[in-house]
Amino acid sequence: MSLPLATADNDIALWLGQQTEKSLLRFLTCGSVDDGKSTLIGRLLYDSQLVLDDQLASLKKESLNRIVGDEGIDFSLLVDGLAAEREQGITIDVAYRFFSTDKRKFIVADTPGHEQYTRNMATGASNADLALVLIDARKGVLTQTRRHSFILSLIGVKHVVLVVNKIDLVDYDQAVFDQIVADYRAFAEPLGFATLAAVPVSALRGDNILKASERTPWFTGSPLVPYLETIQVAEDRTAGRFRFPVQWVNRPNLDFRGFSGTVASGVVAVGDEVLIASSRKPAVVKNIVTMDGELQHAVAGQAVTLVLDREVDVSRGDMLSHAGETPEYSNQFQARIVWMSEEPAFPGRSYLLKLGSQMVPATITDLKFRTNVNTLEQTAATKVDLNEVATVTIATDKPIAFDPYTVNALTGGFILVDRISNGTLGAGTIEFGLRRAQNLTYQSFDVNRDVRAQMKGQTPRIIWFTGLSGSGKSSIANLLEKRLTAEGRHAYILDGDNVRHGLNKDLGFTEAARVENIRRVAEVARLMADAGLIVLVSFISPFEKERRLAREIAGDIDFSEVYVDTPLEVCEARDPKGLYKRARAGEIKNFTGIDSPFEPPSRSELTLHGAEEEPEVLAGQLYDWLKL
Amino acid sequence: MTPASLTHLQTLEAESIEILREVAASFERPVMMYSVGKDSSVLLHLARKAFFPSKIPFPLLHVNTTWKFREMISFRDAMAEKFGFDLISHTNPEGLANGINPFDHGSSRFTDIMKTQALRQALNAGQYDAAIGGARRDEEKSRAKERIFSHRNASHSWDPKNQRPELWRVFNTRLNPGESMRVFPISNWTELDVWTYIYSEDIELPTLYYAKPRPVVERSGTLIMVDDDRFRLEPGETPRHEMVRFRTLGDYPLTGAIRSDATTLPEIIMEMQASRTSEREGRLIDSDSVGSMEKKKQEGYF
Repeated sequence: MSLPLATADNDIALWLGQQTEKSLLRFLTCGSVDDGKSTLIGRLLYDSQLVLDDQLASLKKESLNRIVGDEGIDFSLLVDGLAAEREQGITIDVAYRFFSTDKRKFIVADTPGHEQYTRNMATGASNADLALVLIDARKGVLTQTRRHSFILSLIGVKHVVLVVNKIDLVDYDQAVFDQIVADYRAFAEPLGFATLAAVPVSALRGDNILKASERTPWFTGSPLVPYLETIQVAEDRTAGRFRFPVQWVNRPNLDFRGFSGTVASGVVAVGDEVLIASSRKPAVVKNIVTMDGELQHAVAGQAVTLVLDREVDVSRGDMLSHAGETPEYSNQFQARIVWMSEEPAFPGRSYLLKLGSQMVPATITDLKFRTNVNTLEQTAATKVDLNEVATVTIATDKPIAFDPYTVNALTGGFILVDRISNGTLGAGTIEFGLRRAQNLTYQSFDVNRDVRAQMKGQTPRIIWFTGLSGSGKSSIANLLEKRLTAEGRHAYILDGDNVRHGLNKDLGFTEAARVENIRRVAEVARLMADAGLIVLVSFISPFEKERRLAREIAGDIDFSEVYVDTPLEVCEARDPKGLYKRARAGEIKNFTGIDSPFEPPSRSELTLHGAEEEPEVLAGQLYDWLKL
Repeated sequence: MTPASLTHLQTLEAESIEILREVAASFERPVMMYSVGKDSSVLLHLARKAFFPSKIPFPLLHVNTTWKFREMISFRDAMAEKFGFDLISHTNPEGLANGINPFDHGSSRFTDIMKTQALRQALNAGQYDAAIGGARRDEEKSRAKERIFSHRNASHSWDPKNQRPELWRVFNTRLNPGESMRVFPISNWTELDVWTYIYSEDIELPTLYYAKPRPVVERSGTLIMVDDDRFRLEPGETPRHEMVRFRTLGDYPLTGAIRSDATTLPEIIMEMQASRTSEREGRLIDSDSVGSMEKKKQEGYF
């Protein structure tokens, strides 16, 4: 924190050398609203003399009408960056701050306290080695304290400092401090933090920040900053097994083909035999290329380009490791997920999963249980809502290389992305791979779809009708089936109502049940098409996501989405089953078009206008379009 | 031989390289903003390292307001020649035709037309889906909260309340049609990191960063260099030569110089360490009002 007095270039060089030799500690601050996180960070910046004159001047101007410390400054203004936050006086997003002392450089993630921003806290935690958990001395351990601590353990932050703030407001009372520490330790015991220290501070007044406060003579531990300067957190990633996720294939010309990436863990040396995860093929590292010259070794954290001794098929998303120390390579695993989207997670829905440089379609196949982040209690669930944590199994469309998250966060942490909005919906940490996926390969029989289709003299396909109840889907499907049958073709109608009487009679009408309903029907349609049939599916299927899921399940089978577009008024006037009347009377809940939306398809192969023509005409249009 | 663990700067360098490679691998039409300043110079150096022995696989874009320091333009062209990258220079043609300048139209209107709108034009014209910039989180409060991969909607604006969570180093690079990404590979660097890196890697900078006698006038407490004869002198005002340098480079009539004797990189670093003024203060555009940077970013300013 002192400025170098050096003037000669040699001394400067020495000082600059020291700057680059400093170690780096990334930590985050978390805790409940109003515990004073932003104030604490502002204090750290101020005390390490990082607040510059012009900032100080503008800060004093902004501090009028706010609660200030002895220095006349509201320190939280230093870090609460966004205009919305300044107005509301809360922190709504992760802010990154930088300060350094003589011993260390620090990157601080200031994370939000409000429950609805728990996802941002998880974000801040994902790159942190240590966490400061703030507690207001007047309030003690709160629900948010527990929630955040659980998320810290979920994300794998190993070191925690319990910062009991506003100790000045309880008259520096040791009994208050001791009670809070005891409460917290009791709760945090099962979370398995490697270290847990506690410090009584006043961020506003500076007690126990840089040096021991005279106002807490009973406190014998280390003040906050000296503790942060000395704690050893760097897990020796170079000691782990060698993992090299290939990020980019480096091919400047025909004579050079290298694989660029960052060593995720371990060490690799020229001459090492490595194994490619996807093909299990071996190769030897010939060169380790960087612009600064070739290296003999590359260690965890280094970004390099590896050249192998032979032509092997390696592309972005592949992972290199040493033989005998390979990562798991599977298309099924168990993981814990933190959900970060307003739209809940449902088993059966398709997402994009990104892990390192690998991106694959993935589905939550089983929701084992949800963990109550306040009590750590596990409960059964059918969906995962915003800010909830659940343990799930996930299946990916093709195998991916990974390690359990506790072994390597960089090869075991993933995000789930929405396939339509492309937003990040959730994050997950892999617990273990499920080996049964490797054993369960698809049986390939001699009699296959082509043979069966030939026998029937037709091309199997799925025609998926979507539209409101009463739009005419079933009538058109029925007419089409009659015509096909008359021509000697083999067709079959899967009707929404009929399926619910049998195969899906255990399913209700909640969103989770509807997803499962569609999934089962789509799977049955695929099996029938595989058996050689022309399958006509007549399902309201109101959601774009579910229709997309059906299309994905169909795989390489020809899939046509036919939208029977009939206005709600017309459907309601027809009301063949009296359902609209009952829905209007409130007897049926979640009825599409009444109190549940219908998302008009954006990618239907064909649209039929149900109000403009008779079903016979529409069926004829469809028949012509099919070009059978 | 046991390999050593990485230092702070090596860690930052490797992380930035990883980000640059992720852009090259994930986007169809990336572009890198090149402002010719020190942060851009570091970014250029990192990009050369990231793809070596390949050339930088995307073009560099310079938004030229026509009011840049003359040396910036010659330095820019020299760098393109030396390192063989693809350079695109764009000037807002309407702004040029209407003679938009910082004297008649004021700094905020000039900046909006010649920088913000010009940038949008260039990004739209090139149909770039990712634009790499040299912004750092330690520069300004709203930047401290921005993601490394920062999503922009079809009109290039940033929604600070709706940012994608960014965990570990798993970056969500997916876009819908018309949307784009701004990517900030040196987000986690501080100003001191940038300078020490320039020093240890011996990165070439425009001499404007180094002190030498330059013709300046003083305007409301800020020293402005008279870089060419378009500068409007007040009646009775004559430029005088003072030993000055610049902490940040931009449009010369809007960029404040500081009095300095620092003629070498170590001297600059020492001076910077001893100074008590943050670097953006020299940029006149930021001091309009509190939250002005955040507002500019929502409007599409880089």
